[in-house]
Amino acid sequence: MTNPPYIRPIPASWWLRQGRYVRYMIREATCLFIGLHALVLLVGVYRLSQGRDAFDAFLAALWSPAGQVMGAVIVLMAVVHSVTWFNLTPKAMPLWIGDRKVPGWIIVGGHYGGWIVVSAVVLFLAGGLS
Amino acid sequence: MSERQITLEVLRYRPESESEPVFQSYSVPCQEEWVVLDALNYIKDNLDRTLSYRWSCHMAVCGSCGMVINDNPMLSCKAFLRDLPDHIRVEPLHNFPIERDLMVELDDFMDKLKSVKPYLIPDQPVAEEDGTYRQSSAQLKKYKPFAMCINCMACYSVCPQYGLNEGFVGPAALALAHRYNVDSRDQGRRAREDVVASNTGIWECTFVGACSEVCPKNVDPAAAIQQTKIASTVDYFKDLLMPGKRDKSGNAKQAAGDGA
Repeated sequence: MTNPPYIRPIPASWWLRQGRYVRYMIREATCLFIGLHALVLLVGVYRLSQGRDAFDAFLAALWSPAGQVMGAVIVLMAVVHSVTWFNLTPKAMPLWIGDRKVPGWIIVGGHYGGWIVVSAVVLFLAGGLS
Repeated sequence: MSERQITLEVLRYRPESESEPVFQSYSVPCQEEWVVLDALNYIKDNLDRTLSYRWSCHMAVCGSCGMVINDNPMLSCKAFLRDLPDHIRVEPLHNFPIERDLMVELDDFMDKLKSVKPYLIPDQPVAEEDGTYRQSSAQLKKYKPFAMCINCMACYSVCPQYGLNEGFVGPAALALAHRYNVDSRDQGRRAREDVVASNTGIWECTFVGACSEVCPKNVDPAAAIQQTKIASTVDYFKDLLMPGKRDKSGNAKQAAGDGA
């Protein structure tokens, strides 16, 4: 009797097998923290609708030690998220000028430039740069 | 020429006597300029005639000798021993059923390759007596990197999506579809859309990017798939906002706009 072709099982820990998979999983996991930040903003809007006292309590919670740790982690994860995705943009959005391909670093640099400009505008509107 | 003793640990599967694969070690006296395929050929010629593996050209052109060497899928004819340690583990490609020893079943890959219609689909075929299709070097440059695939399946071996989702069309086939979609002589994007832009096509890819890292011909399937995602999204909105406006080829306008 001949056995059928053998299919090797894939363990749940497949992503720990190689560094490239671990890096991919970290990149994907950062989106959970972006989602968490969106949730915090929604709670803020909801608390604002409940009046000034409720909103002040929300701000106080954000400035508590636990709130500050959460904020720092979210910022760190947002940076990892942005950097990893910006670095992939030349693959998804190659630019051609005539028959010449624009080097990847220019496309990535353009994204960082845009990031800085948008951040400055947001900070200006929020009063942070005034 | 210097000789170096190397231990090759090869995953063996003999379906007539084994229900699952086991590793077998061989001690091989190697020349410094050898590749892993030479060491396997030495085993076959001198140590164990039952060892089975595929190879043909021995020059990184045919794509037959793809296998996993020290956990990385590569062409065994391109894996130089001088770049590897004295202990080398050789396995068949991951994510494929093992037929025997280092040979895997190709059927699923071949079916998927065919499903993306990997050939020119022109709107108006040029008759032989009318000459050849004309193409500028700028138009050639757009698809040439994606045309270098030799079907070695290294990208499938390293793609977790292909391993975990049976239906996924996979990196090489989708890269080949992109190669034809961006060819100025081709207007077959619509015809490939059902397979390429489906849930088991480009949208199953989560951009792990490993396929591009291991490709021995630098094809960059990950880039091809992401670019197809963007083109497919543009198509979707064109259909939504201007129903009936897109011509049946779906890419004639893009081809006409390519910098000739």
